[in-house]
Amino acid sequence: MPNIRFRLNGVETEIDADPDTPLLTILRGRLGLTGPHFGCGAGECGACNVLLGEHAITSCDTPFWSVADKDVTTIEGLGNAQSPHALQRAFIAEQALQCGYCLSGIMMSAAALLKRNSDPTTSDVKEALDRNLCRCGSHNRMVRAILRAAAELRSS
Amino acid sequence: MTAEPASPPLPPSLAANPRLSSWINFLPDGKVRVSPGKVEIGQGIVTALAQIAADELDVDIARVRMVRASTSASPNEGVTSGSLSVQHSGRAIRFACAEIRQIFLEAAAERLGVETNALSISDGTISGPGNISASYWELASEVSLDRDATPGATPKPVAQRTVAGNSVQRLDIPDKVFGRPRFIHDSPLPGMLHGRVLRSELSRATLTELNEDKARKVEGLVAIVRDGNFAGVVSETEAGADAALAALRKGATWSPGEPLPNEAELAEWLKRQPAQTTVVANRQATSPAPTARTIKRQYSRPYIAHGSIAPSCAMAQWDGDKVRVWTHSQGVYLLRSDLTLVLKIPKENIIVEHMEGAGCYGHNGADDVALDAVLLAKAAGGRPVRVQWSRADEMSHAPFGAAMTIEIEAGLDANGEIVDWHHQIWGNGHSARPGRAELPTLLAASELAKPFPRAIAADPSAAAGGGADRNSIPLYDFPAWQIECHRLTIMPIRASALRTLGAQGNVFAIESFLDELASERGEDPVAFRLRHLSDPRARDVILAVARRAKWKPAKQDGTGYGIGYSRYKNTGAYCAAIAEVEVGEDISVKRLTLAVDVGEAINPDGVVNQIEGGAIQVTSWVLKERVRFDTTRITSNSWTEYPILRFTEVPEVDVEVISRPDIEPVGAGEAAHGPVTAAIGNAVFDALGVRVRDLPITRDRLIAAMENS
Repeated sequence: MPNIRFRLNGVETEIDADPDTPLLTILRGRLGLTGPHFGCGAGECGACNVLLGEHAITSCDTPFWSVADKDVTTIEGLGNAQSPHALQRAFIAEQALQCGYCLSGIMMSAAALLKRNSDPTTSDVKEALDRNLCRCGSHNRMVRAILRAAAELRSS
Repeated sequence: MTAEPASPPLPPSLAANPRLSSWINFLPDGKVRVSPGKVEIGQGIVTALAQIAADELDVDIARVRMVRASTSASPNEGVTSGSLSVQHSGRAIRFACAEIRQIFLEAAAERLGVETNALSISDGTISGPGNISASYWELASEVSLDRDATPGATPKPVAQRTVAGNSVQRLDIPDKVFGRPRFIHDSPLPGMLHGRVLRSELSRATLTELNEDKARKVEGLVAIVRDGNFAGVVSETEAGADAALAALRKGATWSPGEPLPNEAELAEWLKRQPAQTTVVANRQATSPAPTARTIKRQYSRPYIAHGSIAPSCAMAQWDGDKVRVWTHSQGVYLLRSDLTLVLKIPKENIIVEHMEGAGCYGHNGADDVALDAVLLAKAAGGRPVRVQWSRADEMSHAPFGAAMTIEIEAGLDANGEIVDWHHQIWGNGHSARPGRAELPTLLAASELAKPFPRAIAADPSAAAGGGADRNSIPLYDFPAWQIECHRLTIMPIRASALRTLGAQGNVFAIESFLDELASERGEDPVAFRLRHLSDPRARDVILAVARRAKWKPAKQDGTGYGIGYSRYKNTGAYCAAIAEVEVGEDISVKRLTLAVDVGEAINPDGVVNQIEGGAIQVTSWVLKERVRFDTTRITSNSWTEYPILRFTEVPEVDVEVISRPDIEPVGAGEAAHGPVTAAIGNAVFDALGVRVRDLPITRDRLIAAMENS
C-alpha cells in the first residue's frame, strides 16, 4: 500500500493505507483521534468535519488519497485547554451545546467560516453551518458562540 | 407525653437505596464522590446534581466528583427518563447530603468539644469558636457512611442555598469543546476488537441463506457469529469489521417479515387494528347542561425517529461466564435485567456500566446494541468488542415514537360553551423499554435461533404520567369529559418511548381544537384559554408569554401567530409557547416565545437550554419529520430520506423562566414539545385560515388541507 504524506494539525504525518480509505477512518483508527466523530458515513451530518486547507470537509466520505501533501486540521489542532481557540472559549462561555456529539464538526465549519469572513452576520453563520446537523436544538447558542468568537478575534 | 411529629418520609429514590455510602463518599484527595443512579444523556443533569450536593454539604463544586452509574455500585434509580432526574436523584442527593452534613457536624462537635450549633461549614471545613476546626476528610475515617438514611434530615432552606439556583458551567463541556474523549464512541478498551451486526433493510426479515466465504477472506477477521437471524462479524479493526460486514451482506438472502401498513392511510389504519381499550378518565358534570350541538375533529402524528447524531454503540467483554458491558443506555439495571433473561445467567455475573452517548431522547438503539456487543463478544476469546450501528440501522431498526390518531368531540350548549369533551386515542403503546417485563425487549433477542417473541409496547401507568394517554386529560375547567385510549395489540412497526410519549400528540390535538373553538366564537385564543383556566401557575405562564410576545402582534401578509399551553404530564412543568410563522413557498417558524415554570430552577441556564432545545427539536418534528415506509421496510433510513431542521431553518427562541424557589423542582426537558407543536399549527391557521390536523405540517399537507376545506 502506498505511503501518503500530509500535515495533521501542523505535524508531518505519513501513513501507508489503501488510498480509498475514508479520511475519518484513518484519523480515528490509525491515528487514534477522538475529536472528529462518525455520524452517518455519507457526508450528510457533518459530525466528522475537519479542515482540509482552509475548507471544512466531511472526512467520512473524503478518500485518503485526496489529502496527500495537504493540511488537515481537526478540533485537536484548533486549540487545547492551555491555549484555547477563540471558538472553544466562546462555546464554553455560551454553554453552547447539549450533548456535544456534533460539536467538533460544527466548530470546524465555524473555523472555516472565520478564516474567510472575519465579521459574519447571523445569517452568514447559519449558512456556513447548514450542512451540519444538531439534534438537541442547540443551534442558536452555537450561532451566538460563533459571533462571540468572531468579535473576540477581530478585537485581538 | 406528646408524640414527636412524624418526620416526612425519605424521597423515593433514597428509600429504595438507603445506604448513604452508595450515594456519597469523602475521598482522601479532598474530593467528594457523588454517585447518582441517573445518567448524563446530554441534558446537563450531572451538573445539576453536583450543584445540589455542593450546596447541602457546603463544599466548593470543584470538589465534587460525579461517578457514572454502574450496576456494580450505584443506587438503582431505574431509568433516566420522563424529566424526573432532578425530582428523583436530586431529592435523594439533597436529603442524603443533609443527613451526612448533620452526622459530620455531630462528629466534629464531639471531637472539638463544642455544641453542633456553635459550628459552621465552609468548603468542607467545619469550624467553631477560637479557630478550632475539622474537615469532612479529617473526620471521614471516624464516620462510617455505611448506614441507612433515616427520615428527618432537614435540607437547607432555599435562601441559604448558594450553588443550586444559579447558572453554573456544565462539568462536561470542556472535554467536549477540546475534543477529549468523553463519549463511549471515543473510549477504546485495551485489546479491543470491533464488531458489526448484519441486519436486513427488510423489516423483521428471516435470514434464509448466508454464504460466509467472501467475509472469511477479509483481512483482520476474528469471527463470524450466526444464531438464527442474528449474524455479525468481529474484526481486529473497525475498517476490517466494515469490510467483512459488506462481504457478508453480499452472501445473505432474506425473506420479508410481517407486512407494514400502508403509510398513506396510517391514521385510519391505526383505528382499524385490534386494540385494548381503557377509559383514562371520566368526569361527570355536577349539573349537566344540555348539549345543543357537537363538533368533532381528528388529528394525527406519524412515527418519529430518535435520530441521535451518533449511531448506537456499546462494548462488552466476557470473562468465563461473567460479562461486563459498557453502554449509553438510560437504565443500567434495567438493561442488566433483560441481559439476564437473554443470556440465562444470574445477574451477579453481569456488570453494566454507563458511559456517555450522544443526545438521548428516549428508548433508542442503546440497549439493543449492548446485547449485540455481548453476543459478538462471546466469539472474541475474552477480548472486549465494540459494536457500532450504521446510520441506516439506527434509522430503521431502533424503536420509533409511536404514531397516533386522536379524535376529540366537544359538546356545546346553546351559547356555544363547552359542556362535554370526548377524547380518543388510537396507536401503539409508548414503552417497550427493557427490564420491565418477563420477556426481554432487546432487538437481537427476537432474532436468535430460539427467539423471544417481539415485545408489544405497553403504556406506563397513570401514576408514571401515562403513555399514549399522557396529557390527554384536559387542564381546563370543563364540566365533563371522557378520555379513552385504544392501545394496539399488534406492532408491525417497532415503537417505544420517545420524548414526551403521547403528550406531543395529545397537546397538539387539544390545543388545536381549542383554537378551532375559539376561532368559531370569534374569541381571542389567549383570552379563551384564560377563561377556562383557574390554576394560577397555568395562567401565569400564559400571561407571561403573551406579554413577552406582545400578543397579539399586528399581522402582515403571510405571517401568523399561535399559542399552545400545557403542564407536562399534568403534574410537571408548566409551559406556554407563542409561535410566529411565515408561510410562503414553504412554511417557516420565525420565532418562538416561551414561558416556563419548573418550580425551583436548580440551574436556570440549564432550564433555558433544555427549553430552547426542546422547542427547536419539536419544530423539526412538526415541520419535517415522518418515518417513511413501504410494505416491507422502513425507507427513511438516511438523513436525506429523513430530513431534520437545519441551521438556516431554526427559529429564534426566547425563554422566560418563572422562578418559584419554594416549589419542588421538576424537569424541563419535555415541557416545550406539546405547546410548541400546537402553537405552530395554530399560527399556520392564523396566517392562512387553513387548519392542518395531520403532522408534519408540510407544504403538501397544507395544499391538501386547502383542497379539503
